[in-house]
Amino acid sequence: MTTFQYTDVAPQPRRPWDHSRSTALRVVVLVVLSGAFAWLLNSFTGLSGFLGWYVGLAFAMPLIAFVGSVKHGWNMATDRLATSLVTVAFAAVTIPWVSIVVTVYQKGSKAFHAKYLTDDMRITPSSDLLQYGGVAHAIIGTLLMVLIASLIAVPLGILAAVYIVEIKGRFAKMVRFLTQAMSGVPSIVAGLFIYATVVVSFGGFSAWAGALSLVILMLPTVARTSEEVLKIVPDDLRSASYALGASQARTTFRVVLPTVISGLVTSAVLGIARVVGETAPLILTSSYFVAKTTSLTEPIASLPIYIFSSLGLGDDNATTRAWGGSLVLLGVVFLLFVFARILSSRITRK
Amino acid sequence: MQTLEAPPEQREIKTYYTKVDKVFRGFVSASALFSLVVLLLIAAFLLYRGFEIFADFGLGFITTSKWDIGNPEDTSTAVLGIGAMLVGSVVTAFVAILVAIPFAIATALFIEYYAPRFLRTLLTAVLDLVAAVPSVIYGIWGYVVLLPLVEDWSATLYKYLNWFPLFDVQTPIFGRSPLLAGLLLAVMILPIVTSVAREVYGQAPRDLVDASYALGGTKWGGIKTVVLPFGRSGLVGGAMLGLGRAMGETVAVYLTLNLVFKVNFQILASSGGNVASLIANKFGEATAYELKALMAAGLVLFLVTLLVNFFATVIVNRSRKII
Repeated sequence: MTTFQYTDVAPQPRRPWDHSRSTALRVVVLVVLSGAFAWLLNSFTGLSGFLGWYVGLAFAMPLIAFVGSVKHGWNMATDRLATSLVTVAFAAVTIPWVSIVVTVYQKGSKAFHAKYLTDDMRITPSSDLLQYGGVAHAIIGTLLMVLIASLIAVPLGILAAVYIVEIKGRFAKMVRFLTQAMSGVPSIVAGLFIYATVVVSFGGFSAWAGALSLVILMLPTVARTSEEVLKIVPDDLRSASYALGASQARTTFRVVLPTVISGLVTSAVLGIARVVGETAPLILTSSYFVAKTTSLTEPIASLPIYIFSSLGLGDDNATTRAWGGSLVLLGVVFLLFVFARILSSRITRK
Repeated sequence: MQTLEAPPEQREIKTYYTKVDKVFRGFVSASALFSLVVLLLIAAFLLYRGFEIFADFGLGFITTSKWDIGNPEDTSTAVLGIGAMLVGSVVTAFVAILVAIPFAIATALFIEYYAPRFLRTLLTAVLDLVAAVPSVIYGIWGYVVLLPLVEDWSATLYKYLNWFPLFDVQTPIFGRSPLLAGLLLAVMILPIVTSVAREVYGQAPRDLVDASYALGGTKWGGIKTVVLPFGRSGLVGGAMLGLGRAMGETVAVYLTLNLVFKVNFQILASSGGNVASLIANKFGEATAYELKALMAAGLVLFLVTLLVNFFATVIVNRSRKII
């Protein structure tokens, strides 16, 4: 006989918490019932539209889930109630997120035309027809100020992290605490500070002043993220470097920092994403200018101020321009994040 | 029998920093203190520029609710006080935090305990992204999309709940009210509160949760008895971080709240303001004396948010240390 009966194999363990056909059925029944309830609510009360449907569902789902499982006992019923409440609340949280992205895209794309990204507003009033003008001046200004801010804030942030992780100095705790406190400085206060120092003393609004106010807001993010990054460098690497006779400076610059270079770039990118849309400090420091310029000592445009000032006019075309600027700005932030994500996934794979 | 040689005299090992290292450590330490220097400079310069205001009005600058420059030539006729703005900051921030906390708890629990695995990493990334959406975009969205909705909701709230002092107004005209600004701020601070809550909930002792499963408990039972009590202090810290953010927000509040110099607790009335939006509002056409008052207002805002953040950081750090 060549057939074997594997009777001694343990049976597959039952996993009662896994999704089975009956749970799937339960969810389907729940959704259908709540959908019906939401439909009734929408047709017989003042509720309507997307939010009306949501309110109907949010009200019905926990209720039906609870009532439907009361026969299994109180614990089961509260568990189902909690599950549907958490899910419904989470769904509510995503509504504004989706709404923001969709509205910015829908309204913003109306402002786009072939030369939107290459023209400025030098000869175009904000209320002019939408086929004229563009955001090039604002993009240039934002890039310029963010670049200068990064050149100052990124090294300082990384050095603060090096102080906390590598040097472990006497004030390490205090430095970390102060950086955290600094991340809570309201952006308008950073702007006021630069206004009170740089703008007042060096004759007026300038790209320099704008960049410096961004440094204050960018530094905490860079320092905090770099610290997390430096902490994942294995101590073996440092010990090996010291064992070969390297100094601490050499170990830091030739071993530790190169090991996590992509993580440090990530921290810089996150810092940039944090400040690229800052509006309040720039109102007080770099102000606004309608033409492309790269002069560091004069007022300069930036995407947030372009949005803000277009919005302030109340004119339809100007408001559409504000949405167009928002679309560009949101796109920039999104790209920066994807970039940071790719970089940081590369470092964790190592 | 073999005689062992006496071990060699132990070499004395000295550790010292080379000259290069001394320079390196000094340089890094000096630049690490940059944040301290900046914080001190902010306080010093705002105090220096706004000192005249504190000298002229004293505590009245914080308690009175009036912004009257009087005769621009004669500063003694001016009456400036940010009382209403401070109240407005607190009211909008509290509306925001009260709305945000339940949703933040639910979202954090959903990400950590209810969402499927692939959603978990995605949602964590989305949370970071949403936290970085510029406030001016939140502001324009709040002004264009949220405003008409909140007007409707306000009318309904007023219709049925106007016996409740909070929902009463003198004239039933709704618009850019503390409720609108508060709700918008709630949307804005939710990512911060959620990510702090998610972090502490994720660090709740997993074996205790599993033990509650093993005893036949439900998922909610485990969360209620283990996760939520464990994360309570972290949540408080996260909420305070959010509070600090909400109080310092400028552009979003500027766009969604009517600036009126009157103490207003009626969150449906279209009147209010906060210190930050006051500064943005008055900055453009401010006289020299008014600018000094704005500096003083900035100093007050700086100190208040610093205090809130100080406690928030202490609480969050302490809840991290338990782990």
